[in-house]
Amino acid sequence: MHLNNLSMTFDLPDGSSVEALKNVSLDIKKGELISVLGPSGCGKSTLLNILAGFLCPTSGDVKLNDQVVRGPGAERGMVFQQGALFEWMTVRKNIAFGPSMKGVPGAQSDSKVNELLETVGLHGFAEKSVYELSGGMQQRVALARCLANDPDVILMDEPLGALDALTREKMQGLILRLWQETGKTIILITHSVEEALLLGERLLVMAPRPGHIHKEYKLPFADCVRSNSDINLRDIKKRSDFVDKREEILAMIWNMEEDIMGTNI
Amino acid sequence: MLILALYIVMFVLAYISYKFVSGKYLSGLFLQKNIHNYNERKTVTFGDESSVKPNRIASILSIATLFFIWAAFTGSKLVPLHVPGPFTGETSFTYSAQNAKNEIDQATVFVRVGHRDESFKKPDIEIKDELGFAKNDTLKVVAWRSALVRVQKNDEGGKDKAYRVTKVNNQLISESQSVKVKNGVVSITSKGSLSFVPEKGWQMEPIWLPAPENVFSRLIEISQNGYQNISLTENIGWSLLRVLAGFLLGSLVGIPLGYAMGLNSWFRGWFDPIVEFMRPIPPLALIPLIIIWFGIWETGKISLLFLAALWIMTIAARAGVSGVNISKVHAAYSLGASKFQVLIHVIMPNSLPDIFTGARVAMGVCWGTVVAAELVAAEKGAGKMIISASKFQQTDVVIMGIILIGVIGYGIDVLMRMAEKKLVPWKGKS
Repeated sequence: MHLNNLSMTFDLPDGSSVEALKNVSLDIKKGELISVLGPSGCGKSTLLNILAGFLCPTSGDVKLNDQVVRGPGAERGMVFQQGALFEWMTVRKNIAFGPSMKGVPGAQSDSKVNELLETVGLHGFAEKSVYELSGGMQQRVALARCLANDPDVILMDEPLGALDALTREKMQGLILRLWQETGKTIILITHSVEEALLLGERLLVMAPRPGHIHKEYKLPFADCVRSNSDINLRDIKKRSDFVDKREEILAMIWNMEEDIMGTNI
Repeated sequence: MLILALYIVMFVLAYISYKFVSGKYLSGLFLQKNIHNYNERKTVTFGDESSVKPNRIASILSIATLFFIWAAFTGSKLVPLHVPGPFTGETSFTYSAQNAKNEIDQATVFVRVGHRDESFKKPDIEIKDELGFAKNDTLKVVAWRSALVRVQKNDEGGKDKAYRVTKVNNQLISESQSVKVKNGVVSITSKGSLSFVPEKGWQMEPIWLPAPENVFSRLIEISQNGYQNISLTENIGWSLLRVLAGFLLGSLVGIPLGYAMGLNSWFRGWFDPIVEFMRPIPPLALIPLIIIWFGIWETGKISLLFLAALWIMTIAARAGVSGVNISKVHAAYSLGASKFQVLIHVIMPNSLPDIFTGARVAMGVCWGTVVAAELVAAEKGAGKMIISASKFQQTDVVIMGIILIGVIGYGIDVLMRMAEKKLVPWKGKS
């Protein structure tokens, strides 16, 4: 996936305009897990919406497998923060939504749905209604629904943002495991520095006004999990290099927020 | 005023006695067992709306109180306690008259008061051929009514210009004055006759308000024999049929229109002024125009109900479309759905809860409108039944009809809520 000089300018009703993104270029290799971090207003959601095809950039373009992205498509799956499941369908029908839109008969996708339910740890929940599930379980369904479509890239817009801390840790493990098992390219937006460090093979820190990629890190932590699937995530979070990086990035974002506010808080 | 005061007193009494009884006995029997209930554990209930559940004992007592007051003020046989009824039986009063010769003489009027539906005669007192020009008389009065004593006709020389009644029961009286006598009031009319009004008591006359059992027996009678050759099921069935036809037509047009308005800005702009203008007009205000355009029969009524349902359903469908979480639409597109598939599989099911809410409102409005439209003109229908009964002062049929209309309206709402629970179980849970 190639992001070529993306810029995005929104015109406001009062005549002024806001540069949400300016000259963002990026090469994403197949199978990479990229986490995107930044203070609010740095354009990271705009970036993801452009990648998904929901927004058209003012200039520049996105290419996936040498094809220019012109709208949403099944090859770029998306996982939202919450509320994107279809309440009127059972868990099974939610997961089978992508295949059934392509005309794959239900009987054919059933075995795949069962397999995915097993993978995300929701064995036996196939016939439940989604509104009966807890927030964490609903996000597991959302992940399974995305995987059922077998996309090339998975875009995650703060997928764990609405979950409590404990569920969040479990789900971080699940995302890493899914990445490791499926080898999908994943781009994940998050507010949490710890989550970005832990999950991202590459970590992009974005800065606002105008939105751009401020700094890029190569991180070893996700790979640790890939090479040793028994490793405890809590142990990684305690490692001194992890703690150092966390403090460094926190300080960086802290400074950006101060710049936005224009004062020392 | 008296009834209102009595109602308030009964409300207070019921509340106090419930508190007394539940505090003394029920707490020992039930509340101790139910104390695991979260609500019972609350120490703060005032100001906590979630802990205010309707007390069903109060609801039952409330209905019982209404029936009791109704029964007590109509002399019903269902309750032992009544407010005083109208006077019935025999009574009498005397009057003094002065004739042209300035003589004064006294006579007695014997009165018998009875109920309208009983056949009774004048008092059979032998009227002696007394001395003097004023003659005793007898009178028959129906309860709650008045009767004239034609003294000028009865007394000798009564036709003379100078003849006049001066006293009633030894109290001076002149034209358009009245005197209270035993069990009633006597007054002089402008023609010089005496008018007797027996005491009315506090009970309502059946033509104002019939007793509950009379309404009930009228219900039985009408459900067996019909009213004015039209059976009860036919009357109510026609009303329901009109409601259903108007509602279905309104939904058939309103829901697609609402979808179009929710999905397309041209449709939104085009129909917005029409919908916003028509929505606040009460359907009843359209009746005159509907009669001019479509006449008073079925076409007119169904068009009226169609208009009543149309705007409600349009707005409900529009709200259902606008209320869709954009994440759901985005998710469907990035799962490979086409526009049409998003409409069928996301927007339509997502709007169902709003459409059901609209349908409940629309059915209620249609039911109210159909009854009103039938009051104006109809051959058959619940509204027609009560308006023609009112023309014949058949208050029992009118009250029966009103109660039936209320019960059916409530029944429709309960059915709609049950359907809602069954068909859109995810409502309010996303």
